[in-house]
Amino acid sequence: MTAAPSTEKIPVTVLTGYLGAGKTTLLNRILSEPHGKKYAVIVNEFGEIGIDNELVVNADEEVFEMNNGCICCTVRGDLVRIIDGLMRRKGKFDAIIVETTGLADPAPVAQTFFMDENVGAKTRLDAVVTVADAKWLKDRLKDAPEAKNQIAFADVILLNKTDLVTPGELAEVEARIRAINPYAKLHRTERSNIALNEVLGRNAFDLDRILDIEPEFLTADGGHDHHHDHDHGHDHGHDHNHHGGLKHYHDEDMQSISLNTAKPLDADKFFPWVQDLVATEGKDILRSKGILSFKDDPERFVFQGVHMILDGDHQRKWKEGEERTSRIVFIGRHLPEEKIRKGFESCIA
Amino acid sequence: MSDLAAPLPSLADRARSVAAEGTIVGVHFLRQVPVFVLGEEALLFAAAEGKKLVAIHGGGILTSAADGLRIVTGGDDGKLVATNRDGEHEVLATDDKKRWIDQVALGPDGAVAWAAGKVARVLAKGGRTGKGEQRDLEVPSTVAGLAFFPKGFRLAIAHYNGATLWFPNAAAKPDVLEWKGSHLGVTVSPDGKFLITTMQEQTLHGWRIVDAKHMRMSGYSARVRSLSWTHDGKALATSGSEQLILWPFEGKDGPMGKQPRMLAPSPSRCSAVACHPRQPVAAAGFADGSVVLVRLDDGALILAREADGDPVSALGWSAEGQVLAMGTEGGKGSVLTL
Repeated sequence: MTAAPSTEKIPVTVLTGYLGAGKTTLLNRILSEPHGKKYAVIVNEFGEIGIDNELVVNADEEVFEMNNGCICCTVRGDLVRIIDGLMRRKGKFDAIIVETTGLADPAPVAQTFFMDENVGAKTRLDAVVTVADAKWLKDRLKDAPEAKNQIAFADVILLNKTDLVTPGELAEVEARIRAINPYAKLHRTERSNIALNEVLGRNAFDLDRILDIEPEFLTADGGHDHHHDHDHGHDHGHDHNHHGGLKHYHDEDMQSISLNTAKPLDADKFFPWVQDLVATEGKDILRSKGILSFKDDPERFVFQGVHMILDGDHQRKWKEGEERTSRIVFIGRHLPEEKIRKGFESCIA
Repeated sequence: MSDLAAPLPSLADRARSVAAEGTIVGVHFLRQVPVFVLGEEALLFAAAEGKKLVAIHGGGILTSAADGLRIVTGGDDGKLVATNRDGEHEVLATDDKKRWIDQVALGPDGAVAWAAGKVARVLAKGGRTGKGEQRDLEVPSTVAGLAFFPKGFRLAIAHYNGATLWFPNAAAKPDVLEWKGSHLGVTVSPDGKFLITTMQEQTLHGWRIVDAKHMRMSGYSARVRSLSWTHDGKALATSGSEQLILWPFEGKDGPMGKQPRMLAPSPSRCSAVACHPRQPVAAAGFADGSVVLVRLDDGALILAREADGDPVSALGWSAEGQVLAMGTEGGKGSVLTL
C-alpha cells in the first residue's frame, strides 16, 4: 500500500438508512469491534449508542442553502462547525462517522465536503453507506422519497435483515435497488453483520479510485425480463427468475443512465456540455461519474459529481492496448435520457 | 508600493518562542502575561520568567474571549470556564445536555454570553443579588457568533438567515436583521452603528443598524475567519485573502459604495489579523506562517515572524500594544516585545 497525500486527510463515512433499518446496530458494531481504531461519531440522537465513546457529538442536521443562486447547493451547517471543532483534537481519532437521521437527504452531507474549504482541506468523504431493511424497503421506496434518495446516493448498500424475508422477496428487493442504483456495492446482511473493510476505507469519492463503472449486476444478468413495474399493487415477488438472470425493474422516478462511446471526445465540447447539464439538471442528478478519453490526450480523465458540483482530473496515462472507451453514468430523478444521450454524442470529436 | 523582492525589515529574531503541545487556537493577555489557548484542555501562560500549563477543560477548547482580567472559554465538555491571571479557574456554567459550548463573548460591564446549540445565554455581572442573573434566548438555528455592543447591555447573535439583536434585560422582542444564508461570526463597530457578519460564502455581510441597510463585502478567496477593528474604530481588518483587507467605516455610510484598502500583499492567504490597540498598525498572519506588522498610513511592512509553513492561527496584542503574541496550528507560540 502506498499512502497518497489524500489519505492524510481524516476519512469521513456517512451512514444513512431509513428508520429502523439497522444503522445504529452497524454503528455499534463498528465501535465495538477490536480494530484498534478510534472514531469520532457525529449522531443525531444521544443515547442510542451503546458504546462509551468520548468523541460522540450530537448534531442538529441543519441544512443550509448556499448563497450562490443554486437551490441544490446545500451544506450541513452543523457539520461545518463540528468538524472545525473536532479538528482541534486531531490525533485523538482516526476517522469520523456521520450517522444521519432516517429522513435525511445524504446530498447536503456530501456537498459539505466540496463546498466548505475548511472541511475539504482537513477531511475527505470516504463513502456513503446506506443500510436498507430487506423486508420493508420495497414499501418505503413507494411512500418515502428519502429512502429512495438514500439508495440512489449510496456507494455501499447493506441489505439488512435478510433473515426475515424469503429468497424470493430478497431477489425482488435487490432488483428494485438495482433499478435505482446499479453501481453501489451491495451486501446481504443479518443484524448489520459485515466485515468493516466493506464499509470503511472505501475511497469512493477519490478520483484515483475510479477504475471502472460497470454496473455491479451485469455479471448476473442472463435474461431480458424487463418488467415495467408501476407499483400498482401487483405482486411480482414470485420466487422465480424467468431466464436465470435478475429481474429488471424500471423505477418510475429514479433511474441511472449509462452512456459510452469508443470514439474519442472533444474536450472543448464535453466540458461546456457537462457543465451546462449539471447547471440545468443538477437538482435532479444525485450522483455522476465518468471516465473519459479525449482526442489527442494520452491520459484518462475522470470526474465525479454530486448534484451541480463536479470534481474532475486527469488520472493516469491510457495503458498500451487499453480500450479507450469513454463512459459516463448519471443517477437521478426523471432524467431526460434522450437529451442527455444526444448531448453526449454531440461531444464526440 | 514596497518592492516585493527586497527582504522586509525584520524583528522576527527578537521574538521569544514558546512551544505548546498541540494546536494554538487563541491568544490573550492577562495583564502583561501572554496566555495561549490550546485546542485541547489547557491554557499556556507564557510569562518571560517561565511558562505554566493550566488544564481547564476535559476535551477540546472551542472558543475563548478575554477582558484583561480573565479568559473565558467554552469546551466540548459542555463547560464554560473563567480563568484569572493566577491560573485560578472556575466553572461558570455547565450545559445541561453536555452540548458543546462553542461561542463566547464578554461584555463591557463584566457580562458574559455563551451559546450551545440554538440557545444564547447571558450572565450579567452583579445583578441585584450580587450573584448575577442568567437570561436565555433561543434563536431559530444554531448560534454561530456572539458579540456585545460596545455600549449598553445588548447582544448580537449570528445564525442562519441573519442576526438577532437582543437586550437581555428588556422584555422587548429582539430585533432581527435578515439576510439569506449562513452567518458564522459577528462583530459590532466600536461606534455601535454597524453590524458585520462573516458568512459561509467568501463574503461579509453588514447592516447599518439604524435603518437595516445592507452592505456586502466580497472578493475574498476564502471564508473570512478573523476580524479586527482598528484602534480608532474607523476600519475593519479581515483575513481571507492574499493580503490584508481593510474596509472603511468612516462616515455614516460605512463601506457602502467604497473599495477596501489592500495592504501586505503575500503569496499566502491571510489567516489571522489583530489591530494594534493604540496605533494605526495591524498584525497580519498568513497560512505560510509569516506575520507582518502593517503601518496602516502607508502600508509599510515589518516582518514579525518568518514563514515556516505552519499556518498562523492566533494573534493578540497586550493592552498597551507593546507586546505581540503569535500562535500557529502546529503549536509554535512566539512573543515579540516592541
